[in-house]
Amino acid sequence: MKRLDIIGKPRRRVDGRAKATGQVRYADDLSMPRMLFTKLLRSPHPHAVVESIDATRAAQHPGVHLVLTGQDFPIPFGIMPVSVDEYPLARERVRYVGDPVAAAVAVDEQTAVQALDLIEVRYKILPPIASPEQGLQQPEPRIHDYCEQGNIHRNQSYEFGKVDEALAKADLVVEDLFFYEGNTHLPMEQQATLAFIDADGKLQISSSTQNPHYLHRQLARALQVPEHQIRVIATPNGGGFGGKCDPGGHEFVVAKAALVLGRPVKIGLTREEVFYVHRGRHPVLMKMKTGVTKDGKLSGMHLQTLLDGGGYGSHGPASTFYTGVLTPVTYHYPRFKFEACRVFTNKPACGPKRGHGTPQPRFGQEVQLDKIAVKLGMDPAELRLKNVTKANALTASWLKIGSNGLADCIKKVTEMSGWKQRRGKLGRGRGLGLACSTYMCGAGVAIYWNKMPHSGVQILLDRSGSVIVYCGATEIGQGSDDVLAAIVAETLGVDIGTVRVVTGDTGIAPVDLGSYSSRVTIMMGNAAVQAAERLRTQIAAVVSETLGARPDRIVFSQGRVFAVDHSGPGMTFVEAVHAAEAELGTLSAVGSYAPPKPPGKYKGAGVGPSPAYSFSACVVETEVDERTGWIHVPKIWIAHDIGRAINPTLAKGQVIGGVYMGLGEALMEEQSFRRLPEKLSGALVHRAPSMLDYKSLTSLDMPDVEVALIEDPDPNCPYGAKEVGQGPLLPVMPAVANAIYDAVRVRIDEIPITPDKVLRALEMKRSGKEGRVGPASFPSVPYPKPTFVLPPWEDGDGNELKRHAAAAVV
Amino acid sequence: MKPHRLAMSVNGEKVETLFAPYKTLLEVLREDLALTGTKHGCELGECGACTVLLDGAPVLSCLVLGMECEGRSVQTIEGLARGPDLHPLQAAFADFGGSQCGYCTPGVIMAAKALLETNPSPTRDQIKEATAGNLCRCTGYQQIVDAVEDAARRLKEEAR
Repeated sequence: MKRLDIIGKPRRRVDGRAKATGQVRYADDLSMPRMLFTKLLRSPHPHAVVESIDATRAAQHPGVHLVLTGQDFPIPFGIMPVSVDEYPLARERVRYVGDPVAAAVAVDEQTAVQALDLIEVRYKILPPIASPEQGLQQPEPRIHDYCEQGNIHRNQSYEFGKVDEALAKADLVVEDLFFYEGNTHLPMEQQATLAFIDADGKLQISSSTQNPHYLHRQLARALQVPEHQIRVIATPNGGGFGGKCDPGGHEFVVAKAALVLGRPVKIGLTREEVFYVHRGRHPVLMKMKTGVTKDGKLSGMHLQTLLDGGGYGSHGPASTFYTGVLTPVTYHYPRFKFEACRVFTNKPACGPKRGHGTPQPRFGQEVQLDKIAVKLGMDPAELRLKNVTKANALTASWLKIGSNGLADCIKKVTEMSGWKQRRGKLGRGRGLGLACSTYMCGAGVAIYWNKMPHSGVQILLDRSGSVIVYCGATEIGQGSDDVLAAIVAETLGVDIGTVRVVTGDTGIAPVDLGSYSSRVTIMMGNAAVQAAERLRTQIAAVVSETLGARPDRIVFSQGRVFAVDHSGPGMTFVEAVHAAEAELGTLSAVGSYAPPKPPGKYKGAGVGPSPAYSFSACVVETEVDERTGWIHVPKIWIAHDIGRAINPTLAKGQVIGGVYMGLGEALMEEQSFRRLPEKLSGALVHRAPSMLDYKSLTSLDMPDVEVALIEDPDPNCPYGAKEVGQGPLLPVMPAVANAIYDAVRVRIDEIPITPDKVLRALEMKRSGKEGRVGPASFPSVPYPKPTFVLPPWEDGDGNELKRHAAAAVV
Repeated sequence: MKPHRLAMSVNGEKVETLFAPYKTLLEVLREDLALTGTKHGCELGECGACTVLLDGAPVLSCLVLGMECEGRSVQTIEGLARGPDLHPLQAAFADFGGSQCGYCTPGVIMAAKALLETNPSPTRDQIKEATAGNLCRCTGYQQIVDAVEDAARRLKEEAR
């Protein structure tokens, strides 16, 4: 491969200037002549039947153009085909405080708010379900009729080799309970959407969405408009973190209003509404049983999870899987079993947040490993190194790991932090904690079943020398436009300043499935490489004779095209384009990408496989004040196996940003709810639906972060580049918990770890009890009989073994 | 409601506008003057995204009424660049990864500008202090501090 001109060099991102000048147009910055404004009326009850809605007075209010209710939306939507359970405006039932029931469209926001006050809704209140434990105890009334049983939304069980047997043979078996409280994305930008009918009579919608393609399909479905009559533009997102993955009720409402009124219709959610729309981190209760030999080799794990789903399906079926499937990617477990259950509750729906379903079990796993290391008298880093998975290995659950830099990450981060020299020698109240993690580089299957590519890229070469790149990928701040421009510029050997990217637009760009599951760099990037290589091939064939070199001996670099051995003078890229355009006509090429087929063949094997996995290891230093329980984090070191950094400035920014969000989750972020007193309706309301009360780290709370990027290019990835958007968040929470143990010898087995919990654990320890705060019990969950699959090393073929056959396996 | 007539200076230019009197400075800037570079993240004074300079001092424009601005001077992100060239703060944010999604960027840059005008050589802690009211969910703040530090250096070089 030629020397890299652009990739790997720190550089101003392609949209850096626009962001620094305030010229980026986010959804709420858009306006149009004759634009109307929308406000949503939301349910004050967590669970109720909508008996009637009288909107007569609202519709007659001066300045009001339209009032919509559930009757205007007969068709439901839902991001996952198995959970299409939501209406843009609730029809017969509301399922959380904040569920939208009606919309007013008016000349300005204030008039729309006045109109909402004139809408009369009669509710028949139903008993609300506040927790998954309560949901298991109270199967009726059901929050959704389609539940698997009672109020259980999803219930899954998988066993890879006989785990009980492996645990029975282990020298040490440890069992722990962990709890991870829910938290929310809190993007700086509140969701906003503008819809209108364009000059051709088609519906156009600009929205702060991470997934314009899925939104496009859902709009067509719920509004019964042909897909080719819709254009969705994902405006640059002011942060997403998973919170803008689900289609939102507000998007359907303004689209419908634009269709009815023939005028531009806009909505911008308030911050409080964003808290109630949520779709964030699931609260998860976990029971984790792990076996290990006396020399520290893991023999198996049995993991049980219980997810608090909130009122709707959202991405829940996937989230449920993710509390299990990625657990065995970091360490080799000869046998592995997971059971996962998601229960509906009358709270805002949970969904995907950075790390989607995996931070919760990862927290438990990494804290438990720390406990095992203590029990075995081993260095926690040594214990991990002894068990790390290898490159190109399969897991017990048949996930294929590609490149694997986890061991290097552990070695690097322990070196950077002075782990060996400093641990245990920092003095009273100070400690170091280590934890590791992994994440997918894109989900192996699309959210809806199809055999088409996951990402497409089209490149148009212009005789002016500009390179125009079209892709449906969505810039949510992660730098996907920069990745696209860099990969195309590198492959064509042109200056990145000559590349213009056109992204996030379903009306003019090839489909990309969206900015989720850390898929964009890998999938869009591979499609971009293919498109650019096709153009290079076309051009090389034309200029080969002039340059006196075989087409495969021609190099494209730094705006020039020349023979690899530098024989002859070569020509500029623009001259080569002119020659090729003269001979071939207008120059364009497309590329596309679909992930490889996963080796697992059992039902459910589609969740978890990925073209590649990133790995991270993190060391956190803490200072704990034993009088107050206050936790100070002066420094964090992290090593991230990224394969290759396309733009190291951005890659490091993603790592530090992930650490920031992880530290916030570890110490303070909480999406929790409380019951109002009965006389005040008894509603289940958010404890802190504002940015002051929902605590997040400020610049003053943020410690210094030292980042090492481990670069071992992955052959499945464009220029070897793996993900960096989600992985680096994941090891932070357990590393904090482990550092607190190292500092003051108490275990906080739940997230967030707040000073009151530390104080309580210290008091317990002083009174001679176990110094631990965490869940005390795990309810009886009716998990189904597991799908039994033999691991690859037990002569499995990746298929499910039917029950009688499983019984015969010894 | 009778519209209110307001005359103020925005980015050094005299501006006259008619607006609904309940509007905040943030709304007047964004909706009546089409200066959408100033962002909103909460409209409750919690996040700092709407920071502008009012008579040179950083304020949360979502907590200032438009009516309060008669005859006063407002600076927004749109007025920062020097013609086609970026202000050193803008250049540094672009170069050092100070922006990811970019939504908090205009507010942080305005807060940082106010800092550098009173303290041309701030320490990292002073930069963190001055921007502590500006929440950012992407960067973890480190590269924002790097950017402000670099901008301070560039501005001092210019002044020399």
